[in-house]
Amino acid sequence: MNKRLSSDKVPPGPLEKKWAYYKANCKLVSPGNRKKYHIIVVGTGLAGASAAASLGEMGFKVSCFTFHDSARRAHSVAAQGGVNAAKNYKNDGDSVYRMFFDTIKGGDFRAREANVYRLAECSMSLIDQAVAQGVPFARDYGGYLDNRSFGGVQVSRTFYARGQTGQQLLLGSYQALMRQVSKGSTTVYTRHEMLDIITIDDEAHGIIARHLDTGELETHYADAVIIASGGYGKIYYLSTLAMACNASAVWRAYKKGAMMGAPSWIQFHPTSLPQTGTHQSKLTLMSESLRNDGRIWVPSQKNDERQPQDIPESDRNYYLERRYPSYGNLAPRDISSRAARHEIEGGYGVGPMKNAVYLDFKDAIQNKGMAYIKDRYGNLFDMYNKITGRNPYKEPMMISPSAHFTMGGLWVDYELMTNVRGLFAIGEANFSDHGANRLGANSLLQACVDGYFIIPYTLPNYLAGKSNTHRKQEIEKAGEACKQAIQDEIRRLTQIEGSKTADQFHRELGQILYKYCGLSRTAEGLKEGILAIKALRAEFDQSLIIPKNIHSINTELEKAMRVKDYLELAELMCLDAMNRHESCGAHFREEYQTEEGEALRQDEAFSYVPVWCMDDSGDHHLLKETLNYEFVSMTERSYK
Amino acid sequence: MKVTLKIWRQSDKNSKGQFVEYPMEDVDKDMSLFELLDTLNERLVLKGERPIVYDSDCREGICGQCGIMINGEAHGPLMNTSACHLHMRSFNDGERLTIEPFRSAAFPVRQDLSIDRSAMDRIIQAGGYVSVDTGQASDANQERISHHAYDEAMNAAACIGCGACIAACPNASAALFTGAKISHLHRLPQGQIESDDRVINMVTTMDDEGFGNCSNHATCEAVCPAGISIKVIADMNKLYLKQIGKG
Ligand SMILES: Cc1cc2nc3c(=O)[nH]c(=O)nc-3n(C[C@H](O)[C@H](O)[C@H](O)COP(=O)(O)OP(=O)(O)OC[C@H]3O[C@@H](n4cnc5c(N)ncnc54)[C@H](O)[C@@H]3O)c2cc1C
Ligand code: SF4
Ligand code: FES
Repeated sequence: MNKRLSSDKVPPGPLEKKWAYYKANCKLVSPGNRKKYHIIVVGTGLAGASAAASLGEMGFKVSCFTFHDSARRAHSVAAQGGVNAAKNYKNDGDSVYRMFFDTIKGGDFRAREANVYRLAECSMSLIDQAVAQGVPFARDYGGYLDNRSFGGVQVSRTFYARGQTGQQLLLGSYQALMRQVSKGSTTVYTRHEMLDIITIDDEAHGIIARHLDTGELETHYADAVIIASGGYGKIYYLSTLAMACNASAVWRAYKKGAMMGAPSWIQFHPTSLPQTGTHQSKLTLMSESLRNDGRIWVPSQKNDERQPQDIPESDRNYYLERRYPSYGNLAPRDISSRAARHEIEGGYGVGPMKNAVYLDFKDAIQNKGMAYIKDRYGNLFDMYNKITGRNPYKEPMMISPSAHFTMGGLWVDYELMTNVRGLFAIGEANFSDHGANRLGANSLLQACVDGYFIIPYTLPNYLAGKSNTHRKQEIEKAGEACKQAIQDEIRRLTQIEGSKTADQFHRELGQILYKYCGLSRTAEGLKEGILAIKALRAEFDQSLIIPKNIHSINTELEKAMRVKDYLELAELMCLDAMNRHESCGAHFREEYQTEEGEALRQDEAFSYVPVWCMDDSGDHHLLKETLNYEFVSMTERSYK
Repeated sequence: MKVTLKIWRQSDKNSKGQFVEYPMEDVDKDMSLFELLDTLNERLVLKGERPIVYDSDCREGICGQCGIMINGEAHGPLMNTSACHLHMRSFNDGERLTIEPFRSAAFPVRQDLSIDRSAMDRIIQAGGYVSVDTGQASDANQERISHHAYDEAMNAAACIGCGACIAACPNASAALFTGAKISHLHRLPQGQIESDDRVINMVTTMDDEGFGNCSNHATCEAVCPAGISIKVIADMNKLYLKQIGKG
């Protein structure tokens, strides 16, 4: 193994001048030359659509791929809560620096300072851009933009469009993308799943995509490839993600030489709906904004069988308010989720499967009135009612933590380029700004900022400096080999002819991960987890059953390929979690906690981002990106 | 509970389809309809039969990917609710559910319940956007927008692009979908500037794609999971007539 991590390429100078310095010094492609370059974007979520549209506007030739039937279906559409920006429209003390600091602190001091600062710096432009596109952010009665507050911060910097912020932002970028399609700069390949990256000597030259209707494997060549394939939280099977969210693009890039940053750093959302039975296919998120008015509690007695309305105040444990008096019910996600798990595992869980805690609006309805609650949360209450058949105006909601967001992902430098030259990763697919825990409303922002404001500088810089060392024939040879390998892989899967479906494997994998590599982890457990995953992988190779047709729609084959990648990634997640002898952010190792049960970082030994790479024989190796905090000092992350 | 699923099976765009019945026992009433279909598919795969193809991704009513006719109604029996939000408790024990794809000339069947709705993307391509390049925008608070205008814009912008309005319409008109985008953008100063061209281009594309004309049945409004009001069609017609009149 002689792989080295590439440079982080952080520009010199003071924090607040780095991005300006970069922009002033990066190489450009002149307008007349841009159409000579072909760029592939995998994904049409906020990150992919914004990048593709922006590059198309500049004059590049862009091809954009999605397995969905329309670009508008990407899972960004499901984000409810909001998007952060340091506009300080509320005059409540916000600034770029404060937003930067909140994000660094929220991430438990495990992200690169320069990237995080740039995120905060570009946040304002995103709001301007979205409003110009016609994104209907909420307005106050004076006609100005309204804001609300999200977990983990003390200012109001969250912009929102009812409970549909992700949908509205995505439609903004989808429409910008459709505009480019109509102008001919950009082509969108819907129902195309990317299955491999074509590389030569760690340089990207294109992708292999499978047309989901015809099963045809297509080779698409390009001067640069951008992966914007979203998060892989669906690896836990039960999660807040959509059914088809997957790790395949990311994982296949990893196997082609890109590196993975902190694959085990996963956020569990504290307010999703609990599992009610084995048939369940997903866990629906209830917006975090509910925690502004709802109070979280469990009965003080174990296995209390009484209805919540019959449990008097004296028998209720408002554990968040008790443990975190200054943030209370708005404590950050990792802390809230862990606290819920602690109560549930202690035997205080509620609901038919004893796997939930209460989120109660009784006091808010009493103090602020029914009309106020209806106005603010009406649609969320309706949704709760639709899904559970229960009435949250009369009884408390039941919520529980669910796998939600992947901080981990493809490692990228300051230019958002992976270790493979010409292969970029943006949005939730990369590891960049969120460190070990993401603050609410920061990831819509990151996906947009990456696509609208960063890629349009860093990608041309790459293209302009690129020397065309590889000849066309050489590239085509690599493409054909790549395609052949995928063809063989598909054949193999259809020929197993076993007795267990892809979903059955996926559900089992999810259970293993929740148990051993979930909200809290131990060295012992992770070891067992790895053994269990290896066994499941072996069983998959022996016992998978899928229909054999490969030249027409085969949804089971699509699932099987995703599960195959999940099984491989799961092992790396456990390795990553095992290696980290500390607790930080969402990564909680039971061996490392304070007396009060809070995460205990080990800064001396672990002030680094774990960066994994694979060698030719398929073994994983750990490299380290040391985090040198020049501009902030690491403190204990306290929300008490 | 027990139910019988009577499902449309069609192996590809060009073949003739037919209904096939699948009795389902031990159905949990808290299961969603798609979870029941998942269960059925697992059974089919294990038996070596071709599983049913259906579209559904987010399963929380927002991506617009699901869309099926259930007992003759787009998205099923609950008003303003997408199919993925239907749970078996909405049906009776012993009931027979007839499930088929959205039917419209503009929506060819891909397989079974899955349809091709790319015509809707092409309507948006014809003008369903604001012509602003990245980086051109001025400060977001520079232009005030009344709370009312924002509210109306948001009501229209909520469309999830599922196509139920088209499936429910006796004329297979896409007026609700198209009107929603025209109305959303027209209510905001950022979008208004291009309203005139937008309405002509989008309506023309709608016609070219083979969608029918609106004759005010309002069945679209009743099935729309996003609660889009037929007021948006009036908005569209008003703008359209103004343009035609000009010509
Ligand atoms: C329920 C929910 C609520 C959320 N709420 C908020 C919130 O309020 N605020 C906030 O800031 N963040 C929120 N988030 C997080 C945020 O929505 C996501 O991090 C962000 O939208 C990710 O955007 P993306 O563009 O990276 O990925 P996505 O939007 O997931 O897009 C991924 C794209 O990649 C495509 N794709 C994937 N793999 C392939 C492949 N192999 N081949 C071809 N195409 C592929 C998909 O088709 C899709 O187009 C929420 C997340 C969830 C799940
Ligand atoms: S208007 Fe309603 S029914 Fe029609 S596509 Fe939009 S959300 Fe679906
Ligand atoms: S599956 Fe997304 S709206 Fe129904």
